[in-house]
Amino acid sequence: MSDYFNHLLFGIYPYIALATLAVGSIIRFDREPYSWRAGSSQLLRRKQLMWGSILFHLGVLVVFFGHVFGLLVPIWIFDSLQVKHEWKQALAVAAGGVAGVISFIGASMLLHRRLFDPRIRANSTFADTGIILLLWLQLALGLATIPISLSHMDGEQMVRFMSWANGIFTFNPTSSLFLDGSHWIFRIHIFLGLTIFLLFPFTRLVHMLSAPVRYIWRPGYQIVRSRKAAALHNG
Amino acid sequence: MKVRAQIGKVLNLDKCIGCHTCSVTCKNVWTSREGMEYAWFNNVETKPGIGYPKDWENQKRWNGGWDLRHGRLQPRMGGKWRLLAKIFANPDLPEIDDYYEPFTFDYGHLQTAGESKAFPTARPRSLISGERMEKITGGPNWEEILGGEFSKRSEDYNFEGVQKEMYGQFENTFMMYLPRLCEHCLNPTCVAACPSGSIYKREEDGIVLIDQEKCRGWRMCVSGCPYKKIYFNWKTGKSEKCIFCYPRIEAGQPTVCSETCVGRIRYLGVMLYDADRIEEAASAENVEDLYQAQLDIFLDPHDPAVIAQARADGVPENWLEAARHSPVWKMAMEWKVAFPLHPEYRTLPMVWYVPPLSPISAAANAGQMSVNNGMPDIRSLRIPLKYLANLLTAGDEEPIAVCLERMLAMRAYMRAKTVHGVIDEAIAEQVGLTGAQIDDMYHVMAIANYEDRFVIPTGHREDAEDMFEERGGCGFSFGNGCSSGTSSTNLFGVPARKKLQTPSEVF
Repeated sequence: MSDYFNHLLFGIYPYIALATLAVGSIIRFDREPYSWRAGSSQLLRRKQLMWGSILFHLGVLVVFFGHVFGLLVPIWIFDSLQVKHEWKQALAVAAGGVAGVISFIGASMLLHRRLFDPRIRANSTFADTGIILLLWLQLALGLATIPISLSHMDGEQMVRFMSWANGIFTFNPTSSLFLDGSHWIFRIHIFLGLTIFLLFPFTRLVHMLSAPVRYIWRPGYQIVRSRKAAALHNG
Repeated sequence: MKVRAQIGKVLNLDKCIGCHTCSVTCKNVWTSREGMEYAWFNNVETKPGIGYPKDWENQKRWNGGWDLRHGRLQPRMGGKWRLLAKIFANPDLPEIDDYYEPFTFDYGHLQTAGESKAFPTARPRSLISGERMEKITGGPNWEEILGGEFSKRSEDYNFEGVQKEMYGQFENTFMMYLPRLCEHCLNPTCVAACPSGSIYKREEDGIVLIDQEKCRGWRMCVSGCPYKKIYFNWKTGKSEKCIFCYPRIEAGQPTVCSETCVGRIRYLGVMLYDADRIEEAASAENVEDLYQAQLDIFLDPHDPAVIAQARADGVPENWLEAARHSPVWKMAMEWKVAFPLHPEYRTLPMVWYVPPLSPISAAANAGQMSVNNGMPDIRSLRIPLKYLANLLTAGDEEPIAVCLERMLAMRAYMRAKTVHGVIDEAIAEQVGLTGAQIDDMYHVMAIANYEDRFVIPTGHREDAEDMFEERGGCGFSFGNGCSSGTSSTNLFGVPARKKLQTPSEVF
C-alpha cells in the first residue's frame, strides 16, 4: 500500500501538478488577461512590506533557481566536471540555508501583515492568504530538512532526489522509487512543492511568468501605438 | 521633421471658480468604482497648499519626472536597472493615506437606531478595511478655500524663493484654484517607467492610455508620474489614469470635465508638434529654458511646409483644419498666455494653464500704487509673480509678467472700446499685440463660446479598423471585454463575465 501511495504522490501527482500549471496558466493568460497581475498591496500598507517583500523575494529567487539548477541539471554533468557530490551538497545546504532563512524571515513578515493588518486582511482573497501560508510552510519545511541533510553529507540522498526530478522530466515510470527511504520531511516538502505548482495558475503567483526582464532591452523609453500601423499589419 | 497631432488643453485659471463640477462629473463617469474611490482623474486644488496627494510637487520626496544626468534624460527614479530593483518594494510609492482613506458613512444606523434623546449620527467607516474611522484626516480637497493652518499649507513647493511669511497674514493672503488632470505629456515618465510596456501614447491624438490587459501592477508608473495622476486600483491591482475621455474625443466631443465646466475655462484644440525633437526639447540644459523648448517643437499649422509634411506623415485633413482654428494654439503660441504646468519635470505636458489675475495687494494699495498707462503694475497684484512662475515656467517670471500684462491690456482695451467707444491701439501695442488680436482674445477667452473653446476633429477609425467586425461589440468596457466589474468573482479571483450585455448596460 505504501508503494501505491508513493507512486501516486511522487510518480503521478507531479504530472497532474505540472500539467495544471502549464494548461491553467495558458488558459488564464488567454481568457483572463485582466486578472494577470502581481497583486501588490503596497498602496494600502507600506509597513512590513518594504522589508518583508524584499527579503522574501530575494531569498525565494535564490531558493527557486537553486532548486531548478540543483535538481534538474543531471548528475553526470557534475561528474564530468569533477565536482564531488559532497561539495555539491555542501553548496546546496549553505546557499539554500542562507537564502532560505532570509526568505523565511520575509515570508513571516508578509504572512503576519496579511493576517493581522486590518486593511490587508479585508482585501485578501482566500487564494492570497492561502498561498502565502503555503509558501511560509514550504520554506519552514525546507529549512527543517537542513539538519537531516547535515547528518548525511555524502551526497547520496541528494543524488537520489536529482534522479527522481530528472526521471519526472524524462518520463521514467519508476522514478518514484528513488524517493524510497527518504526522510518524511523531504517527502512532505516535495508534495507541498508540487501542490504549489498545482495551485499556481489560480493564485497571484502567475506574476512570476511576467517578470519584466524585457524592460532592460526595450529600445528607448517611450512607447507610441498607432492604429494605422495595426491596420497595415492586419492587411 | 515628423509631424504628429495631439489634442491639447488649456485651463484658464483666471476664470476658475473652484466649483468642482469637473471633478464630480469625471468621478461619476469614470472612477465611481471599488478600488478607485480615492482616485480623482480630475481634481481641483486650492493654492497655495500641498495638494492631493499630499506634497505631490515635492519630487525630492517622490522622485517623479525626469532627470538630466550627464546630458542624458533618465527617469528621476533611476535608469532601467535601478527601477527594476524597486520592483519588490517601491520606496517612491505613496501610501493610500497620502491621498486619503476612502470612507462612507453608517447610514443604516440612522434607520435602525432606537429612540434616544440625541439624534442618531452616521459615523464614518473605512471603505478599505470596513472599520470605523474615528476621524477623517484627509480628502481630495482638504485645503479647500485655504482650509487648515498656514504653516502646513505654506509647505507648498511653489513658495520656493518667495518670502512667504507675509502671505500668512489675513490682509495679504491670496488664493487660486488649480484643477489638475493627466497632462498627456509628449515625454511621459509613466510610459518610460512601466516595466511591462503597457502604457502608451496614441499616435493619432496623443492620448496616453494604460493597456489594462497588459498591466501587471508593478506600480512604477505611479511613482514615475510627477503629477501623481496615475492611480493604483487597489481592488484590481492595476493602474488607471485619466483617459482624456477618448471615446468622446474620437467622436468630436469635448471631455466630460470640459463639457461640464461651468466657468467655461477649458479649451481643447489640436496642436501639431515635431516628434523628432521631443528628446531634444526635454533635454534643455536649464529648467527655465524648458518652456521655450516646448514652444519650439510646436509647428505652425499655417506653414505650407508643415502642412505638406503633416500630410506625408498621415495627419488627416480635418485635423489640419482643426489645428488652424485651435484655441490652444492661439493661447499658447500666438498670445503666449498659456503655460505648461511644472515644465521642470521635463515631461513636456500638454495641459496648459492661463495664470490668474488677482486683486491689487493691500500693501500696494496702502502705499503709492504704481500705475502704468492706466493699468496697475502686475507686480502689485496679490498673487506673487514668483509663485506663478514656480508653478508654470520653472521660475522664469518674465513670460508670466508679459501674459498678465496682456490680460490686463485686454480689459483696458475692451473698457475703452465698449464704455468710452474708443479703439485704443496704443494699449494693444504696448503689450505687443494688435487691436484685432485683442478682439480675438476677448472673444475666445472672455466670451468663450462653445465652438471657440472646443475645436475637436473626429477620429478616423474607418481608416484603421473593419467596422463591420465591431458590430454587436460592447463599446467601451474594462478588462476582459464586456464586464461591468460588479459581479461576483470567478475561479481566477476577478469579476465573472456577464453572459449577455448590451452597450448601454456597461456604464
